[in-house]
Amino acid sequence: MSTAAVDTAPRAVGLDPNRDPVNDFSIVAATVNGSGSQTANSTLIRALFKMGIPVNGKNLFPSNISGLPTWYTIRVSKDGYIARRDTTEVLIAFNQQTAAQDLAALPVGGVCLYPEDAKFERSRDDVTYYPLPVKKMIADLGVDKKLVDRVANMVYVGALAQLLGIEREAIREALSYYLGGKQKAVELNYNVVVASADWARDNLPKQDPFRVERMDKTEGLILIDGNTAAGIGALVGGMTVTAWYPITPATSLADALNEYAPKLRKDPKTDQPTYAIVQAEDEIAAIGMVLGAGWMGARAMTSTSGPGISLMTEFVGFGYFAEVPGVIWDVMRMGPSTGLPTRVSQGDVLKAYYLGHGDVRNICLLPGNVQECFEFGQTAFDLAERLQQPVLVLSDLDLGMNNWMTRPFEYPTTPLDRGKVLDAEQLKQMENWGRYKDVDGDGIPYRTLPGNENPMASYFTRGSGHNENAGYTERPDDWIKNMARLARKHETARTIVPKPVVDRREGAKVGIIGYGSTDPAIVEARDRLHSQLGLETSYMRLRALPLGEEVRQFVAEYDRVYVIELNSDGQMHKLLQLHTPEYATKLVSMAHNDGLPLTPRLVTDQINEMEQTR
Amino acid sequence: MTTAAKPGGPPAPKATVNKAGLSKPDYRGLPSTLCAGCGHDSIASQIIQSAFELSLKPHQIIKLSGIGCSSKSPAYFLSRSHGINVVHGRMPSIATGAMLANRNMLAIGVSGDGDTGSIGLGQYKHMLRRNVPMVYIIENNGVYGLTKGQFSATADLGQKLKYAGTNELMPIDLCLEAIIAECGFVARSFAGDAKQVRELLKAAMSYNGTAVLDIISPCVTFNNHAESTKSYTFGKEHEEILQDINFVQAYEEIEVDYEPGSVQEVKLHDGPTILLRKVEARKGGKGEQEGTQATNGEVRYHDPTDKLAALRLLEEAREKQEFITGLLYINESRPTLLDLERLPETALIAMSEEQLRPSREAFAAALAEFA
Repeated sequence: MSTAAVDTAPRAVGLDPNRDPVNDFSIVAATVNGSGSQTANSTLIRALFKMGIPVNGKNLFPSNISGLPTWYTIRVSKDGYIARRDTTEVLIAFNQQTAAQDLAALPVGGVCLYPEDAKFERSRDDVTYYPLPVKKMIADLGVDKKLVDRVANMVYVGALAQLLGIEREAIREALSYYLGGKQKAVELNYNVVVASADWARDNLPKQDPFRVERMDKTEGLILIDGNTAAGIGALVGGMTVTAWYPITPATSLADALNEYAPKLRKDPKTDQPTYAIVQAEDEIAAIGMVLGAGWMGARAMTSTSGPGISLMTEFVGFGYFAEVPGVIWDVMRMGPSTGLPTRVSQGDVLKAYYLGHGDVRNICLLPGNVQECFEFGQTAFDLAERLQQPVLVLSDLDLGMNNWMTRPFEYPTTPLDRGKVLDAEQLKQMENWGRYKDVDGDGIPYRTLPGNENPMASYFTRGSGHNENAGYTERPDDWIKNMARLARKHETARTIVPKPVVDRREGAKVGIIGYGSTDPAIVEARDRLHSQLGLETSYMRLRALPLGEEVRQFVAEYDRVYVIELNSDGQMHKLLQLHTPEYATKLVSMAHNDGLPLTPRLVTDQINEMEQTR
Repeated sequence: MTTAAKPGGPPAPKATVNKAGLSKPDYRGLPSTLCAGCGHDSIASQIIQSAFELSLKPHQIIKLSGIGCSSKSPAYFLSRSHGINVVHGRMPSIATGAMLANRNMLAIGVSGDGDTGSIGLGQYKHMLRRNVPMVYIIENNGVYGLTKGQFSATADLGQKLKYAGTNELMPIDLCLEAIIAECGFVARSFAGDAKQVRELLKAAMSYNGTAVLDIISPCVTFNNHAESTKSYTFGKEHEEILQDINFVQAYEEIEVDYEPGSVQEVKLHDGPTILLRKVEARKGGKGEQEGTQATNGEVRYHDPTDKLAALRLLEEAREKQEFITGLLYINESRPTLLDLERLPETALIAMSEEQLRPSREAFAAALAEFA
């Protein structure tokens, strides 16, 4: 058995003695992959959320169906911080294989719940132990043998409810959510929770300080993962054709489409779907179907991850050059090759931007939260059709597969941007028309769609050299002219892609640039740098490639600009240096890549250290 | 464009305008840049003729291809249709997406033996498996022409090429692959047999599902020597025609004048019919079923609705190195991908913005689940 997963168990960095033990700590459930702990953990986080307490959950799981260690961490933060923490104060040691290591990772004063009927060594005397008679409790409840494994984890949910003060009604509501309201299943699980909580009340005197109290900080919010948000966003954004091929961590995006498309996108008159979702035979076929549909005039998309975009390379380059719209959600994971399929990384940035052959520069969107996963569901289509080229959305595993709090998504107020499409009537008014002619000086030509009855409308789309009228050509001047127009189009893209989000602090000499799921760690780190070290920082969160003029201005304003990202070589750092060569030495790469979501401590420590040595 | 006949004068020339109000030049394409005598150009001519005879509206047709000599040919017919020339072997996925997006188009895909049988075999099989409605033409010459003469996957065992040497691998029979993949319209023809190509094309264009036409189309530059089974000489000398095929459009009333029992009718879903008359290979009594004479002198009767018979026919032909042409298999019972996706009659691309967005109520209800 691989020990790779074991080696990345959460690490202890020492308990902060001044830390408020109420609504401000983390829980980690260490279980065995495939043991049914997902329902228990999901129930826990949603119950806390329903109590109005800000939470964030992260599932650290191995690439395996069952048997390897898995950790689910829940951060409880009254201040609303949602980044991953290095320290988890409350351990549910339900995996014998990793129990010793998990216990060792607890900070002094930490809490450990473990099944007393399993082999477990109390190797430390500076933590609080709560042994739970799991087998006996389940046996006493007379649970059907076939269901024992499914409900055994509810024992720690019940015990934690009692020890931390999680409301039973919130747990029942959360269970109902995850079990689709199936009353029998809800009752079965809830009975275990109640029995365990009652037992804990009678047998486990509270010896630790950690507890939760109802708040009102999640009122009106929803708890959703990025892939589901993206799927719903695409359905709101007019998606009509999706072709996809299974790959972690992108599969749940297609799953979300399959789940929500029938609920959201039926023609009310005919009850028939207004979309088609096809599981392709591979990623090449998936992008082929997307481009076929995009060429025809449909809003088409696929979801994939790094190895998938590699296979799509030729087609993406074709789409760029032939100017066919399409949307690719690249839910990034750890590379190279198959890498660590269930770990997070932002390693596809350079590849995605230049995906293709020859001089290709793609539009890349960089959602930084689930709200943007939803919004970019439509934005990606608008840009793909406006600019007539493939658009890649670079989400990642942390954003895509974990649950995040957010304000509810708003029904869009802007119409779908279908771009420069000429119908038969418009063509009638024109003396001539050239598919690849730059009429408006923005590099974006006009297109016609197949089915247009005007005899002028038809043209031949090809990946070979073509002139303004889409005619085949190998003339050097035609090639240069066309590539110059595509470059002009890229300059237009620079001005219409989503602008970065900027927070400037007065007196700051240090700038930070980040993107994607690193945002929560950066936000928290900036607060710490300010409160603990007195260091003011300004922050720019990038939301798209190509980079715009505002990025250059931001870099110009600061003495040093730290570029924070989850890859080994500082891919965005390199793009920023290319974008602002005159400030290249100001840009400091803080690339980090261990497969785990970024923590505020990493950011704080590194920036502090670098600033101290100046 | 029609010329009225003068009373008492010679009969009026054949009408030059079809029911779509278009004349034959309206169906033409750009001048071909393929080698003079290339079989692909003959096929393009028959596509033009077929579309004209069926009175198709060119703007309702899409032309698709991959890479190779064959894949250049869509530029040489139906200029008034949108065309797309994509990457090597991946045209089927483009066609799949295009037809999902707009089910009201007629898709004509042109591929080659390299494009379909090697790099594109996977997409070919999955297109067949999905039954994407389209005409899929394989211009099969057993050789890579555009890269100047390498063996393709359909090259015959023992075939010789100037630079590539002798082929030692078994060929892939793309018709066999199609039938195994449940394709409902599978035919083989020869570019030199214009009438058969044309009638098969018209039937294929009227078929609802993937219609495969594997047409031996000699490469005059790299593979037209007498020993090649993909040459004109071999084709003309060895072609064994399964049926005399006539395609009858639904609106045309044509009396069948063949003897009872000698004509097999295959009704297509929206009315037209394919008439298959067994080729006369031996003299028989009146009303006697006629069949095709194989090279060994046996008379063969082929029922194209019999899948196993079609497989057997091809397998035997392969063993005996026979070149059989005609409609090999037809089955109209399979649902297409568009049926399986339950797509509405209105093309997805014709949907209004209201149809492309959920109702506010449905949207709110979906989000409420996450609270």
